[in-house]
Amino acid sequence: MMDQLLTLLWTMAKILMIILPVTIGVAYYTYFERKVLGYMHARRGPNRIGPLGLLQPFADVFKMLFKELIVPTNASKFLFLLAPLLSLGPALAAWAVVPFDDWLVLADIDAGLLMILALTSMGVYGILLGGWASNSKYALLGGLRAAAQTVSYEIAMGFALVGVIVLAGTLNLTAIVEAQSGNIFTWYWLPLLPLFVIYFVSGVAETNRAPFDVAEGESEIVAGFHVEYSGAGFAVFFLAEYANMILISALASLLFMGGWLSPFAGIPVLGDTILGEGGVHWFLLKTVVFCFLFLWFRATFPRYRYDQIMRLGWKVFIPITIVWIMVAGVFRVMGWFGG
Amino acid sequence: MSEIRNFTMNFGPQHPAAHGVLRLILELDGETVVRADPHVGLLHRATEKLAESKPFNHSIGYMDRLDYVSMMCNEHAYVMAIEKLLNIEAPERALWIRTMFDEITRILNHLMWIGSNALDLGAMAVFLYAFRERENLMDVYETVSGTRMHATYYRPGGVYRDLPEEMPRVAESRWRKGKDLERMNEWRQGSLLDFIEAFTDDFFDRVDDYETLLTDNRIWKQRTVGIGAVSPDRALQLGFTGPMLRGSGVEWDLRKKQPYAKYREVDFDIPVGSNGDCYDRYLVRVEEMRQSAKIIKQCIAWLRENPGQVIVRNFKVAPPKREEMKDDMEALIHHFKLFTEGYCVPEGETYASVEAPKGEFGCYMISDGANKPFRVHLRAPGYAHLSSMNEMAKGHMLADIAALIATQDIVFGEIDR
Repeated sequence: MMDQLLTLLWTMAKILMIILPVTIGVAYYTYFERKVLGYMHARRGPNRIGPLGLLQPFADVFKMLFKELIVPTNASKFLFLLAPLLSLGPALAAWAVVPFDDWLVLADIDAGLLMILALTSMGVYGILLGGWASNSKYALLGGLRAAAQTVSYEIAMGFALVGVIVLAGTLNLTAIVEAQSGNIFTWYWLPLLPLFVIYFVSGVAETNRAPFDVAEGESEIVAGFHVEYSGAGFAVFFLAEYANMILISALASLLFMGGWLSPFAGIPVLGDTILGEGGVHWFLLKTVVFCFLFLWFRATFPRYRYDQIMRLGWKVFIPITIVWIMVAGVFRVMGWFGG
Repeated sequence: MSEIRNFTMNFGPQHPAAHGVLRLILELDGETVVRADPHVGLLHRATEKLAESKPFNHSIGYMDRLDYVSMMCNEHAYVMAIEKLLNIEAPERALWIRTMFDEITRILNHLMWIGSNALDLGAMAVFLYAFRERENLMDVYETVSGTRMHATYYRPGGVYRDLPEEMPRVAESRWRKGKDLERMNEWRQGSLLDFIEAFTDDFFDRVDDYETLLTDNRIWKQRTVGIGAVSPDRALQLGFTGPMLRGSGVEWDLRKKQPYAKYREVDFDIPVGSNGDCYDRYLVRVEEMRQSAKIIKQCIAWLRENPGQVIVRNFKVAPPKREEMKDDMEALIHHFKLFTEGYCVPEGETYASVEAPKGEFGCYMISDGANKPFRVHLRAPGYAHLSSMNEMAKGHMLADIAALIATQDIVFGEIDR
């Protein structure tokens, strides 16, 4: 009995150790976003609250929490309140199987990749329900768009991951990273370059970020699925979106960029120094780079139209992934990469 | 199964892409627009009626508030109508100044347009870049007239005052100091003309920057090519003017077809599109910005060489100098009469129009010989453009509505008047 309780407490502590940094990461990701966008737009971004505006995220959080949570008339109250949680839950739960280093993972399960796929697909239900339950035309359109978008991108994304699975021969994320070890050219971005690009682009689409932010589509449907949300409800949607972005970035670095492996490993002289050793810092660095890409896209690109996104997903991405899975199979059989 | 019906949606008046107070009632089949019904009148301020109840020279400021992103062009049409009725002509230098400021206004307007067009289609950066440049031109407005937007700078018989010899500099403060301050004041060391010249020299590169972000961008092209295409014939029938008409391939520009001010003497080209879609209109407007900068440079060259009067010395129409008023009783009386009673304009009617950035902005004026106009009617280009919304939008998707509103360059000040 005591043992079980201890295990439970220890697990809870571990969960907290992941959730807390992720939440703080989200907070500073929003700060980072506003700063990066600011400088890309020839302005400064937040700089009033705290030194360099560093306390801005917390000011935002408190503001949101103290705002009234308005439930629109005739909205389905239960679903309306459930929706933000439904989108946040999976976004956080998926972190359970993400390995930060070869020993640092909460649940080192064999089907880790499958679980992540399953959980990230769940996230869209929150958006769909939020749009549906709001009893607003804009929100409804946003929800429908999100559903259509997920249908077209989930498949491309899944296929892109199949390529990784083919080369690594396992679904366990730690093992996938380990299978990439060697040097920077044995990481899977090279043999799976098209899949890597498609995975990341689909990831951007999956998280409803620019240029695929049609579910929000500010200038078309105002704020899309969360147009009726205020205060904490909005904050939770926001949290989920950013947690998902960080998750997609983390996965991209795990699956294609060798996770915690050092890019200098395997290079003569340099690889033998401390630079050649893998570690959490490499993983975090790669994740931050991908996070930055999200922001860069947002600062630069116009928004796709919703039917154009669908066309891109179905007519471009899915055929390419199917072909490249074959190519990955050939790589595998010939033993050129992985295995 | 129940019958499937289209649903209607209110696009505006509170909507991030509605450009002010446009209320568009959309009938949607899924996301496809079946019918778009623009409702106008939410910004109606009775400008025409107000103008009829005041002396002629009191309403110039109202014209700024019509199309509030191309202020001086509106003034120009109004002032030209009065000048035609009075049968006076502004001094040459005033005409050159007007030409220059018409083009500065065109750049102001097109910067606003390119920014909001890009923002409506989701590209945020261009908006902020465009506003950075716009700020400099606002300073030009302020330097010459004392206010950033509603200038009231054009007056019947000339312009309010000559171009200042000195461009005001940014003062040092807690936030603006050191290198930043130096950079901000770099162009402001000389006269206003020096500043404008520095701006225009730099402006060609800035337009190239916008083009880098948009012109060859695949997403931008997907969002604009083939959207809202209007054939040349149809464009004429719908009463399009300005870039909307030129985008459809009709070479019509009042600056060339019935030159006013000094447009006969400056060298510039009229860009013309071929497909009449949003992309062509985008290209036309971008090129117009370059042409405007070209015209401005020619104006600067002339204005530097030729000092002189900027307003007629006819004290029945234009006020005497302030110094003269201090010791000349007649001047004081003139001033008093001008600013209380105004002046009586001979009987007659006239129509004066200018090529405003959005199209033909015209002022139709009837005078019955009193000191107030009997009737003022303003022809706003945006009104004709907005009327075509249904035709342009039909069959496109909801997201394209944002592109269409942006490409029509709608400003509600002039549509509702």
